[in-house]
Amino acid sequence: MLDIQNLNVVFGTGRLRVEAVKNVSFHVEPGAAYGLVGESGSGKSTVLRAICGLAPITSGRVLVDGKEVTTPRSKAFYRTVQMVFQDPYASLHPRHTVDRTLSEPLAIHGEKKDAEARILQALREVGLGPSFRFRYPHQLSGGQRQRIAIARALILRPKVLLLDEPTSALDASVQAEILNLLDDLRRRLGLTYILVSHDLAVVAHLCERLLVMQHGEAVEETTADALRSGDASNAYTRSLIHASQGFTRVATQPAQAPAA
Amino acid sequence: MTKPLLDVEDLRVRFHLRTGTVEAVRGVSFQLGRERLGIVGESGSGKSQTGRAILGLTPPPGEVKAKRLAFDGIDLLTASKKTLRTLRGGRISMVMQDPKYSLNPVMTIGEQIIEAYQAHAKAGRGEARDRALAMLEAVKMRDPGRVFSLYPHEVSGGMGQRAMIAMMLVTEPDLLIADEPTSALDVTVSMEVLRILDELVTERGMGLIFISHDLKLVSSFCDRVLVMYAGRVVEELEAKNLREAQHPYTQGLMRCLPTLANDVRPLPTLNRDPSWAL
Amino acid sequence: MTGAPLPLASESSGMRAWLLSPEPHSRWQARLGRFYLGWRAFSRNPLAVIGLGIVILLILVAIFADVIAPYSPITGGDLRTERLLPPSETYWLGTDDQARDIFSRIVHGSRVTLFIVVLVALIATPIGLLVGTVSGYLGGWVDTVLMRITDIFLAFPRLILALAFVAALGPGIENAIIAIAITSWPPYARIARAETLMIRNSDFIAAVKLQGASTPRIILGHVVPLCLSSLIVRVTLDMAGIILTAAGLGFLGLGAQPPMPEWGAMVATGRNYLIDQWWVAAMPGIAIFVVSLGFNLLGDGLRDVLDPKAAK
Repeated sequence: MLDIQNLNVVFGTGRLRVEAVKNVSFHVEPGAAYGLVGESGSGKSTVLRAICGLAPITSGRVLVDGKEVTTPRSKAFYRTVQMVFQDPYASLHPRHTVDRTLSEPLAIHGEKKDAEARILQALREVGLGPSFRFRYPHQLSGGQRQRIAIARALILRPKVLLLDEPTSALDASVQAEILNLLDDLRRRLGLTYILVSHDLAVVAHLCERLLVMQHGEAVEETTADALRSGDASNAYTRSLIHASQGFTRVATQPAQAPAA
Repeated sequence: MTKPLLDVEDLRVRFHLRTGTVEAVRGVSFQLGRERLGIVGESGSGKSQTGRAILGLTPPPGEVKAKRLAFDGIDLLTASKKTLRTLRGGRISMVMQDPKYSLNPVMTIGEQIIEAYQAHAKAGRGEARDRALAMLEAVKMRDPGRVFSLYPHEVSGGMGQRAMIAMMLVTEPDLLIADEPTSALDVTVSMEVLRILDELVTERGMGLIFISHDLKLVSSFCDRVLVMYAGRVVEELEAKNLREAQHPYTQGLMRCLPTLANDVRPLPTLNRDPSWAL
Repeated sequence: MTGAPLPLASESSGMRAWLLSPEPHSRWQARLGRFYLGWRAFSRNPLAVIGLGIVILLILVAIFADVIAPYSPITGGDLRTERLLPPSETYWLGTDDQARDIFSRIVHGSRVTLFIVVLVALIATPIGLLVGTVSGYLGGWVDTVLMRITDIFLAFPRLILALAFVAALGPGIENAIIAIAITSWPPYARIARAETLMIRNSDFIAAVKLQGASTPRIILGHVVPLCLSSLIVRVTLDMAGIILTAAGLGFLGLGAQPPMPEWGAMVATGRNYLIDQWWVAAMPGIAIFVVSLGFNLLGDGLRDVLDPKAAK
């Protein structure tokens, strides 16, 4: 479905030159979910942005459905690939109602005919009722906003969904709801996911295979099952696994005075 | 029985807004010795407002009321502004979430630590400088002399947060309130920062209030955990007994997190019972 | 976005509930609800309401000038007996050197003032908005060229540049309006550009880009509505300056030509009699002052409501 070959992304020139992504390659099968894990500055989000055209492809190839993408991307590309952003407070236009937000993609692609029915269906798919249709973003909670953002991405019936830290701005209980929704949608609509996250547990939950990145380079490609069994060959991956299990004291500390 | 370092009874924080009164903290009580106490809750649970109220940093139009709010026997509600000023930053310190916003951007890190120290201790410049350098070393800065003369924008997030901790601990406070001290940092960096914080707190025998949304992190770092929901403490328990949590909210919070250890699908979600908020 | 009628002050509680419904049932209800919230915030500021009142009064007076004015603004009375009379029951605000009723002239002058204000707003705002958003959104050489042009216009003091334009185009009210419009768009372009620079990197713009939207669609449908509110505030606050510039041009004889009852030109004629017949200059002066103040108060109130930083 998606083939990334020797992708390089460079920003700026001269002294300001930053190599954000260095020679990254991976392949995602149709209907699979692929994770990109790393810390800030690892280039994981840049890979995502390069795929959809928000960042330049300096060298290398990005193939969607076997065809190399063009710059600027064609309208057909946007009907195949859509993205969900990290911060649901920033990704919805503050002056547009849910209705306007969801009808915009239909209007852009000239599919106004049965817009109303499709908007209601999109709302239903993400677990929201028709009562949400004419609300403004400030009348929605963080989780509801993220659902609207997912509905907006799905309304054009894309095959690939790029997820950029879709739950990291949400509370733990809301994160669980969104993860369940994403899991369910993938199965029902046969979607292909690329998930970017700093949270190993989230990636392992949603994806079968994943790529660990550090300083713009691919460190290790592994599977969720391997992660679960703690089976990582790379030291950096191991340190990520370790850190994700919470804080551990190196040596036992002397006993504290108990609370009164 | 020893006297508690901090004694909070029936703490209430109200905000009088045009649309009505919002009670962010509704009757929180706890006592803190020289230990690590975690306060956990989701956004809007009132955990941050609890920390701010203790320091008297409740933003207007907030109003703080309590039956008792005493630090080491000093009543914080009736204390004079001068007493509060000497306590704040001197004996009680606070580390905020993002060092980018809590460090002064036009002063070098060293200057800021010196200023923090001199505000609370009578010390010459030379001595303050030595203390600042020692403190930067204590938070494991690789090159304290260099970091000393850097501006906040010239250091990474993890280094900035360590500088912040250095600044807050240079006056040797008895109580440190850390509000989401690592949530702006990468996991590996945040573990490092926590390790430093843990060492310093243990070494100096401070009391620590660790406020976070991350139940897993708090329970692995603290001795005791308060779980807050809608402005109230719904459960208080020893961190090591977290698995035996009684309240459905605590249980739900724990279960809804995906873990590497076991693959639960779909993740159990939290059914918020309106009675929890009563 | 705008154009919704003002909710009446006497709406029932059912009406209010409908407006404030968290679950609007139609586009219109959602819009009206937002408008009502804005109105509620606005009406809490008494000075802003006074400003709005003054502006509405100006509009009403301009519409019904023929009905309100007791005398003709152009043809005066008997030059031997009715020249330069002080305010009295017959001539509420006195008469001028042509024996014309000053009150009637001020009432008719409101049309001229409103005409100038509306036309300048209609010409300058779209130009400023378009130049600013296009320049901010596209960046690169488009930005450089457009902003240098803006800088050139900004570099001249407004009145001086307007004077130069009027001198070139010939005196007259239409030319004065063109001159003022040409000199007032650059600050709007600057504001719109600054707002656009903040907006263009936000996720919601990236999201609509990823839906395949064209650049004009993004600018008009997504960027402009967000710039509009701060621009409306700025234009309203600028109205006082525009009225003063128009009056200044009139005063210098470069704006409205006699016998048109323009407030600035009226002050100019009154200048000759300032010591003995003060009302000839003072009355139109007061009118200019009150209307400018009204626009300023209104602008302040609007800023409190529309300022994105104060947004909920």
